[in-house]
Amino acid sequence: MAEINQLKSVASQVRRDILRMVHSFSSGHPGGSLGCTDYFVAMYQEILRYDSNNFTMDGKGEDLFFLSNGHISPVWYSTLARSGFFEVSELSTFRAIDSRLQGHPTTAEGLPGVRMASGSLGQGLSVAIGAALAKKLNGDDKLVFSLHGDGELQEGQIWEAAISGAHLKVDNLISAIDYNNRQIDGDVSDVMSLGDLRAKWEAFGWMVLKMDGNNMDEVVSVLRTAIDNTGAGKPIMIIMKTEMGQGVDFMMGTHKWHGVAPNDEQLAQALGQLEETIGDY
Amino acid sequence: MSLDQFNPTEKKDTRSGFGDALHELGKEDDRVVGLCADLTGSLKMNAFANDFPDRFFQTGVAEANMMGMAAGMTIGNKIPFTGTFANFSTGRVYDQIRQSIAYSNKNVKICASHAGLTLGEDGATHQILEDVGLMRMLPNMTVINPCDYNQTFAATKAIKDFDGPVYLRFGRPKWPIFASKTEFEIGKAWKINDGSDVTIIATGHMVWYSILAAKELEASGISVDLINIHTIKPIDEEAILNSVSKTGCLVTAEEHNRFGGLGEIVAQVCATNHPVPQEFVAVNDQFGESGKPEDLLKKYGLDVEDIVRASKKVTNRKLS
Repeated sequence: MAEINQLKSVASQVRRDILRMVHSFSSGHPGGSLGCTDYFVAMYQEILRYDSNNFTMDGKGEDLFFLSNGHISPVWYSTLARSGFFEVSELSTFRAIDSRLQGHPTTAEGLPGVRMASGSLGQGLSVAIGAALAKKLNGDDKLVFSLHGDGELQEGQIWEAAISGAHLKVDNLISAIDYNNRQIDGDVSDVMSLGDLRAKWEAFGWMVLKMDGNNMDEVVSVLRTAIDNTGAGKPIMIIMKTEMGQGVDFMMGTHKWHGVAPNDEQLAQALGQLEETIGDY
Repeated sequence: MSLDQFNPTEKKDTRSGFGDALHELGKEDDRVVGLCADLTGSLKMNAFANDFPDRFFQTGVAEANMMGMAAGMTIGNKIPFTGTFANFSTGRVYDQIRQSIAYSNKNVKICASHAGLTLGEDGATHQILEDVGLMRMLPNMTVINPCDYNQTFAATKAIKDFDGPVYLRFGRPKWPIFASKTEFEIGKAWKINDGSDVTIIATGHMVWYSILAAKELEASGISVDLINIHTIKPIDEEAILNSVSKTGCLVTAEEHNRFGGLGEIVAQVCATNHPVPQEFVAVNDQFGESGKPEDLLKKYGLDVEDIVRASKKVTNRKLS
């Protein structure tokens, strides 16, 4: 499919952006960003309905997206820029003083595309549920999406939100978990294992889908399946298996690159594995 | 103005002022939504919940989720009023408020009942005395602590039309009614009595005790300039400075830890602009305990006589 190839092409560019952004100030989180790149590109270039030229906080008549694990801001910023929310040249300001591209996303700097600060973990699902309920009250039939880390599921607030999402029948919400089994201190299964995630979310009353988050065809098709299943009385959770560091061989298979930037030599090596498709910023 | 006009015969709880006003707001503006964490009766939100079931969200005993949901609802232009006890409205959910409401500057009204010692018999686990400090330290947050049923009613109505996060603190016990139900401006102090010897600045339930103290002081020949600060942040600096530049000394009275509350913020205003001797009628860095509200206020140094004693002391400090 040409359309999928187009998405893959954008994803390659976004991965280059991520690496160059975290390299420029030797600061940021490349691992999770690279793992979630295919999801972000599919979302913003294929799934979400929005007007990037006229960003409004209320997003009336548009789909809304919330990033709960805010530390993977590089992939979000790059995807937003590559989707027309702001100039790609602004990506060079990531984590610099006076930048709208804060280390973790914020509304305080007025960056188009961001509706809620995130970074302190566990809060985004509650926010997404609130936004989805407001859409229902407003008679707005567009959808709300959110993304969460797997380590983030160790936060208690996530499960408060899980209970309420089912009880309140928030069936205009499609959430996803970046299930890469990595967190700062090691493998999630070693740090604090999550058990059977599908069984957990189903027991909480959610419809659960699974997908390979690094297979663009599957990401698009499962997100479409999820959309087809909205309005059925249940919120939807997609357990998205990803590889932290996806696309850069030496960043894969380890938690080491969760929050570490590559040096000059590592950057060159990494960029050599990713085609410059649209043009670097 | 005269203190003689304050002879209230009626008592009502401040939380009912909140509940009654919220019910009216529900009729006036369909953007108003209510959220409550399993304390609908205690917060007096029943009328709103019954008449506007589509706009009332029972969140269960999950305050963190409630704060996040409220923040999310503002994105759809709703005006959420969250209801739970002051302890669970602040300390329990501080980081949720900090990131999702204050830093994100969301139009959430955090409405907190059962603040302070006057919660009474439930004891220290529920009697938060630190909440004003916690909330006023957050950038973007407005902090209001009304003094009686009427003022709580008026404040609840006023914050609906104010764009930005607000912490509204009120309480449990039935308390004399003496303030205006209609005249209320966020950030504007209420001058209760004009006097020349000592300034008393009070907030919340302590305003009534300060009126009683002022009557006693005036009877003994000490002229009291009495101010009600209901909006603790942003504070009415002009009202404070006008008063202390006249009286030259100051007592603050609040149902809160002496650290982080009204007394400190008034002291900062004075120290920066017009330093004067100050005495603090507040809880002395302690947790509370079970008991009747009046008995607790007495035991923890918040009685009428404590305000009288502090006023006399500070007047003497000024003279010496």
